[in-house]
Amino acid sequence: MISSVIFIIILAAGIYVFAKKVGVIRRNILLGKDIDRSDRKDERWKTMARVAMGQSKMSARPVAGLLHLFVYVGFILINIEVLEIILDGIFGTHRLFHSVLGDFYFMIINFFEVLAVLVIVGVTVFWIRRMVVKIPRFWSKEMKGWAKNDALYILYIEFVLMSALLIMNAADQVLMATPVDQLEAAGLSKYALGLDGKFAVSQFLTGLMPENLDALHYIERGAWWFHIIGIMLFLNYLPYSKHFHIILAFPNTFYAKLEPKTELNNLESVTKEVEMMFDPSADPYAAPPAGAEDAVPERFGAKDVQDLNWKQLMDSYTCTECGRCTSVCPANLTGKLLSPRKIMMDTRDRLEEVGQNIDKNGADYDDGKSLLNDYIKPEELWACTTCNACTEACPVLIDPASIIIDLRRYLVMEESQGPSELNAVYTNIENNGAPWQFAQADRLNWKDE
Amino acid sequence: MENKIKVPTMAEMTASGETPDVLFWVGCAGSFDDRAKKITKAFVKILNKADIKFAVLGTEEACSGDPAKRAGNEFLFQMQAMMNIQVMNGYNVTRVVTTCPHCFNTLKNEYPKLGGKYEVLHHTELINNLLEAGKITVEGGEFKGKKITYHDPCYLGRGNDVYEAPREVLGKIDTALVEMARSRRNSLCCGAGGAQMFKEAEKGDKEIFVERTEDVLKTNANVVATGCAFCNTMLTDGVKRFNKEDEIEVLDVAELIANAADL
Ligand code: SF4
Ligand code: SF4
Repeated sequence: MISSVIFIIILAAGIYVFAKKVGVIRRNILLGKDIDRSDRKDERWKTMARVAMGQSKMSARPVAGLLHLFVYVGFILINIEVLEIILDGIFGTHRLFHSVLGDFYFMIINFFEVLAVLVIVGVTVFWIRRMVVKIPRFWSKEMKGWAKNDALYILYIEFVLMSALLIMNAADQVLMATPVDQLEAAGLSKYALGLDGKFAVSQFLTGLMPENLDALHYIERGAWWFHIIGIMLFLNYLPYSKHFHIILAFPNTFYAKLEPKTELNNLESVTKEVEMMFDPSADPYAAPPAGAEDAVPERFGAKDVQDLNWKQLMDSYTCTECGRCTSVCPANLTGKLLSPRKIMMDTRDRLEEVGQNIDKNGADYDDGKSLLNDYIKPEELWACTTCNACTEACPVLIDPASIIIDLRRYLVMEESQGPSELNAVYTNIENNGAPWQFAQADRLNWKDE
Repeated sequence: MENKIKVPTMAEMTASGETPDVLFWVGCAGSFDDRAKKITKAFVKILNKADIKFAVLGTEEACSGDPAKRAGNEFLFQMQAMMNIQVMNGYNVTRVVTTCPHCFNTLKNEYPKLGGKYEVLHHTELINNLLEAGKITVEGGEFKGKKITYHDPCYLGRGNDVYEAPREVLGKIDTALVEMARSRRNSLCCGAGGAQMFKEAEKGDKEIFVERTEDVLKTNANVVATGCAFCNTMLTDGVKRFNKEDEIEVLDVAELIANAADL
């Protein structure tokens, strides 16, 4: 069957191109430094179940949360129908699952149709919120160009895909209700499934359908091909889009930080040096251990994406650009340059750029740019109060504050840069053990005051 | 209020062969900042009243390193941490209580991996325990019947999930606790964290502490309570900015309890 062959070619090509792009993203994420997140597996599974599958963080904003739930559940379950479409496409069958499921099949299709409608309602309201109500977090500075259009494209795609599904079912319904002899006369006997009854939603669209059997056939087939090709395009659109979160939300919540939010990691490279200073027996001129000579000295903090760890890079690909973080950031709320969403988007954009450089010019190519300065300005970094409102708000457990701290570490430890008041603070802490200019000997004076 | 407070140091206690049950980590603000010193003393009065065997490090204490770490100066942080850990381990410290959420977070979460493993409490948690155990009782005080709101310090609340202890303490004074629209997990930062306390704010169109003070004003509370000396400073500045210092007092949970227990 020629149509089966065409279908298989389209399917294989779609999956191949998708897998290749996923491979590139994986490679990019692994450009980051290693960090061990393999501990406490039980807790990690639970977090993933709660936050990614259970959408627990979405209820903080009930309206958006509920609509998102429609789209999410609708998306997952409609994949069962996609599976049927794929099998039908491969074997040239029609509604394959019907022969397996019998009457139960009806219930399932009805359920999908209701979900399709909910998805349509969901994306329509999402569109209105963005374009008519203009919810501020969708209209801030960083939401220009691609970031803005990406959000809209996906709404259009979902709308069109769901509509195609309903139109397909409507046409099919008319065909299936046609007497068998007429179907056979028109060479359309595969529609004679003996299904009678109506689909929950598409029955209301049958009135729009033509009576001519050939026309119905074209509409049904047209919508079918449109739907499956649309799905292949959607699949390949994902990795270029914030909508990749529908996949990455799962690993990203699994590998999320389990420690208290305000706990920062202690840089091991620093610990080694500090221990040396504290250990009177350490010989600073001792020869480095064998094999250590050619090891590149580790950079303190992060200047570019490769200095971040892979989880921070995965965070950047997972970001949905929803802006929940920025909308609660005290610095952003008071007009400062900092936006945690922008930190994540910059990290991803820079990582994509680095990845493309590697593909084009090899692994050692240096384009002279870096995440710090070319993408993120020190002024943004210094506005952060490390309050963790952003990490608390993020529906997929992204940690923008950790990137901010790592960039600050580079500024301070490698470049001795930062607000001058802070330099005074460092000196005071070093000399008197307090950020202010008070003598350590006076530390208990309060007792007798 | 002029009864003398007892503040033994670790060195004194050790010299007389005693071991305290808990080390009171005072912190830099608590030691040197005039406003914060009052919080320190209020807490000491509570400890004295409850007969807690505690000690301070006094001149052997040094900055926990929190502001250096948040600013990105990991070297300085680890130097401070190692020094403090040496001192505390030297005294075999096992339990620490502190009035500073930043020291609390650092000692509790960041010192263990550097060799300093202690049970660390925030003073609102300890006070809550003392009230529950009946070691101190609150009856009177000038705040009885007043309307109080509570500001969650980021490093205590979101950072370490301590939301209830301070509220339970406040619930024991006979006051009406009103929550701000942004509270608990959604609380808004006072603007001091992440070493901001020690620098000018970046360019913007508003100060964070002003934004937060507006939240306080909306509750019509007479008192805003908090558990952090830095939040206290920020909110005090905010209240002044709105010329409300006669109507709204900014107080630490410890001060409210010391007052209510007539200490
Ligand atoms: S931690 Fe920093 S970036 Fe995140 S909300 Fe607070 S101030 Fe904004
Ligand atoms: S970091 Fe999280 S909260 Fe912020 S825009 Fe991305 S997904 Fe939304």
